[in-house]
Amino acid sequence: MIEVNRDGEVWVFGEQHGGRLEDTPIELLSKARRLADTLGVKLTAVVLGNNVKELATKLIHYGADKVYVVEHPLLRVYQANSYAKVIYDLIHKYKPQIVLYGATVTGRGLAPRIASAAKAGLTADCTDLQIGDHTTVKDKQVHKNLMFQVRPAFGGNIIATIINYDRWPQMATVREGVMPMPEPDGSRKGEIIEEKAEISQKDLPLQILAEHKRAKKVNLKAARIIVAGGAGVGSKDNFQLIWDLANCLGGAPAASRAAVDLGFIDHDHQVGQTGTTVRPSLYIAVGISGAIQHQAGMSQSQKIVAINNDPDAPIFQTAHYKIVGDLNEVVPKMIKAIKEKS
Amino acid sequence: MAYNCVVLIKQVPDTKRITGQAMNEDGTVNRSALPAIFNPEDLNALELALQIKEKYGGSITVITMGLPAASAVLRDSLFRGADDAILITDKRCAASDTLATSYILSCAVKKIEYDIVLCGRQAIDGDTAQVGPQLAEKLGVPHITYVEELIELNGKTITARRNIGAGWQQVKAGLPVLLTVTGDANEPRVAAAKKMMKYKNAHTPIEIEKEVKGDNPDADDATTKALVERKCSILKEKNLLIKQWDLDFLEADLTWCGRSGSPTKVHRIQSVVLAAKESKNVEPNDKGISGMIHELIEDKIIS
Repeated sequence: MIEVNRDGEVWVFGEQHGGRLEDTPIELLSKARRLADTLGVKLTAVVLGNNVKELATKLIHYGADKVYVVEHPLLRVYQANSYAKVIYDLIHKYKPQIVLYGATVTGRGLAPRIASAAKAGLTADCTDLQIGDHTTVKDKQVHKNLMFQVRPAFGGNIIATIINYDRWPQMATVREGVMPMPEPDGSRKGEIIEEKAEISQKDLPLQILAEHKRAKKVNLKAARIIVAGGAGVGSKDNFQLIWDLANCLGGAPAASRAAVDLGFIDHDHQVGQTGTTVRPSLYIAVGISGAIQHQAGMSQSQKIVAINNDPDAPIFQTAHYKIVGDLNEVVPKMIKAIKEKS
Repeated sequence: MAYNCVVLIKQVPDTKRITGQAMNEDGTVNRSALPAIFNPEDLNALELALQIKEKYGGSITVITMGLPAASAVLRDSLFRGADDAILITDKRCAASDTLATSYILSCAVKKIEYDIVLCGRQAIDGDTAQVGPQLAEKLGVPHITYVEELIELNGKTITARRNIGAGWQQVKAGLPVLLTVTGDANEPRVAAAKKMMKYKNAHTPIEIEKEVKGDNPDADDATTKALVERKCSILKEKNLLIKQWDLDFLEADLTWCGRSGSPTKVHRIQSVVLAAKESKNVEPNDKGISGMIHELIEDKIIS
């Protein structure tokens, strides 16, 4: 555990696999940039691997002031034990005040291991981060410039803001897709610092026997327009309506959990708490009632159109355009109108 | 060879059934209005342990930390085939975050001989998925998260397949190890009628004390204590006493338990209010829809 220090840097874990940077560290850099600027400290990315130095430049283009690069043949493939040990050692050496990780399968295994070793706090799956002050209820002590770690809890029914004022670093994992991807700036300059890893074979308790990575069937996070269908669509055959509307808009087809569970479409297309979080320009919800778990994954969309035959469907609370009617009539009319206009 | 499994389970509010009334006016959760259930993925962890026991032999100990009422999920585990059940309950555990929880659980697991520790991937009340890996770190064992299939146990090694988001990974590790198990790993079995008959009377000392006090409202403290002790020893003989451990028994360092052991604190809780800034009703006819599409094109939302 490290002491509270106000000049500590803001760190982002630069998750990479096979020399390819994941999206999450890039998404994190945009938010972390603002945190670091508010605090007046440097924004630093930390990259571990083997032959990953070139990623440092990329991280600088996306907003980092500084990158710690730790290269070692034993770090080529991610393992929780080895990665946790190296990052823990770095935290001890440099004493950052904030450390952020993507809430990916990797981040959700790595960050708790580090937090446990460092006896530090860790907040899971944050959807927003801000800097703010906290006054303790008991002794009215004011703690300035803390990281507010905002996350949904109780299945998305409440939003909790978590803080961590007495034992640092303040650490959080951040949900994928909740923060916009920044544009790279090729003219940005930064400092690249090489660090040594003190690890040996005993820090690699796992043997990776085989791995299969499949491309996701759809990249919802990158879609500008999303047409999502729910249980109200009725059948897999009728889900063709969703595909048709998405196609004529150049958008991506998506679904609520109910529609995925009913087998209308593959899980890769699922939006919401247990699926993907999206923030497209246009989100068209067709036959989706709008459970809070679904809305958690799409309420940040710029414009929302909702079509439902139930005027009391919760989805209408967030919709900009509300269409109460039979989707089997409304969707074809929309396709027709789009084809006529464009 | 046979394997000793420890399964960590949690009783959670059924967050999928939260209704308007389940939230207090101030936005906090009205826990008493929510049905308490066996955390779903912990059932998958228990099922995996049961499959290991059936195939290789060994024993299963289930542990939960919680209020006295959490003994319900321990009994449920006994109905499904667990051999031993332990309730960690102590007022000083209150307000523990994931770090303090993993410390307390580690004190308990260290008192048991184990080869494999199993947890559900995450609990549906917090969805943090942190306690498993934190516990592994405190026990000094490797963890394999998101396990969706146990491929093989061979001597002192385990091979498992884990989900890595878009794809899977097959990994091998030496024992002891900690696994977190996903909902896709298996279909949890239901309680066995015979075991239900046998274990429905399995209780914790705290439950027995409550029962004794209910039956003998006028008894003095010494008498109550003697009655409770007698009942407990009878249950113990029949293998029906659910163990109940407190922080003293665990020899836990209190600085790392409860509020003082929890670095994360709540700044604010808000109930979720979903509202669009401006909204329009669109008639479900050609004119209404065409007008909306026209606006979306004007706003450059669609091109």
